[in-house]
Amino acid sequence: METLLPILFLFVFVVIFGSFLVFIASKFGPKVKAPSQVKEESYECGLEVQESKTTKISIRFYLTAILFILFDIEIIFMYPWAVAYKDFLGSGKGLYIFLGMGVFLAIFIYGLFWEIKSKALEWE
Amino acid sequence: MGSDILEISINAIKLIVIFLLMVQLVPFLVWVERRGSAFIQNRFGPNRVGPLGLLQLLADAIKFLWKEEFVPQKGRAFLFYAAPVVALLPGALAFAAIPLSVPVYLEKFELFGQTWGPYRIAIQGYELGIGIVFVLDASSLGAYSLLMAGWGSSNKYSLLGALRASAQVISYELSLGLSLVGVLLLYQSFDFSDIISAQVGPLSFFFAGHDVKVPFLPNWGIFYQPLGALLFFAATFAETNRLPFDLPEAESELVAGYHTEYGGLKMLMFYIGEYGHMLVASALMVTFFFGGYHIPFISIEGVRTFFLDHGFSLNGSNLLTSLVFHLVFLLKVLFFLWVFIWVRWTLPRFRYDQLMDLGWKVMLPWALCNTIVTALVLLVAKEARF
Repeated sequence: METLLPILFLFVFVVIFGSFLVFIASKFGPKVKAPSQVKEESYECGLEVQESKTTKISIRFYLTAILFILFDIEIIFMYPWAVAYKDFLGSGKGLYIFLGMGVFLAIFIYGLFWEIKSKALEWE
Repeated sequence: MGSDILEISINAIKLIVIFLLMVQLVPFLVWVERRGSAFIQNRFGPNRVGPLGLLQLLADAIKFLWKEEFVPQKGRAFLFYAAPVVALLPGALAFAAIPLSVPVYLEKFELFGQTWGPYRIAIQGYELGIGIVFVLDASSLGAYSLLMAGWGSSNKYSLLGALRASAQVISYELSLGLSLVGVLLLYQSFDFSDIISAQVGPLSFFFAGHDVKVPFLPNWGIFYQPLGALLFFAATFAETNRLPFDLPEAESELVAGYHTEYGGLKMLMFYIGEYGHMLVASALMVTFFFGGYHIPFISIEGVRTFFLDHGFSLNGSNLLTSLVFHLVFLLKVLFFLWVFIWVRWTLPRFRYDQLMDLGWKVMLPWALCNTIVTALVLLVAKEARF
């Protein structure tokens, strides 16, 4: 709790600071009495504005997100291993910890090359 | 946050000052960016307001304040307003976890007729044992503000920009995270202070039964992890959406990407977020690979005794020592910020498929390679102490 308190304090301060900036920006700026229809629309390059809620999104983005979660979790597993690595070296179990991670890494590398081979990462 | 009222208020003020340090660096950096780009492109840049155009950004900030408020009709107002506020968070939270200077030790002193007990004040927002994990965690929050801005604007350019940005940020986060595993292998700690104190002195390590000593080089991480440093720095360019990876705001395709609909102070807050992210990236680069706040070949004790010999009190010389090391840290950070700006005005933009290929098929395998080779070298060197 003692270590979390400053983080919470800074978090609250930044949120208040940011909200204050947004608030004074809305107070100081000029007000338009009757804004026209065109002005209220979202930006478009000289065309009629299309409804954006139906925008089709490439499936690649979903695929990238899923692959990210898989690989990121695997990378997070390497962090405690990396920090503990030298302790194992010091106690003479170096080969054990290296090969232990080697099996994990082999699966990781196989997975990565499988993704590349099955064209999951190809962008048109 | 402290044991008595003075220590608590010192720590609270410290947090706010570190945050404001980040905020006030933005006008300066924008000035450097504009003058620097002008220098690179053989132009003048802003040179009318104040000496060397230094007051240009102050004038800009006042102009931002008087801009008209605008929310797109179909926009989601809450997300639209919340996005710039969230954009401030990752930089601020991450920067406060990085040590900026030597901790200050204050002996007992008199103030307001009371004696205040000995303090140890760390020149960083908060000391976390898991600093590296926290910084990576906080800086990856950046994707949320991009998505909120893109979704809240209800504009197809914003949405496309936000999608591109989030896909790019998460893709490069893999290489970013993996390039740090080598650093963790070497220094076996998540704590920034441990990593910095391991980089003191001349380059010396123990390899295969030999004590290797290179007296003319500092003991910096870059000499142990050159590939890791390169991958880390390249990945931070993508994380901060800077050229050559600024696909999210590719103006020739997407108008201005996720902040197409923003103007005035809200736009400025996105800038603060982006430059804050750059600041964090440079500070991490300095901390991991360039010795943190340490001056090569000059010890903390040396600087402290220099001040003590010149007639300063113990508390005064402790404070001045901390200040000197902080300035050294700032100097190193400013160098990397200049590299960010330099690269932006030198390299052209990637195409999106090239960007994804670089992240997944080039940088990720090389980062893996770096990890394996580092682990292997440590294993072969046996009881190697770097």
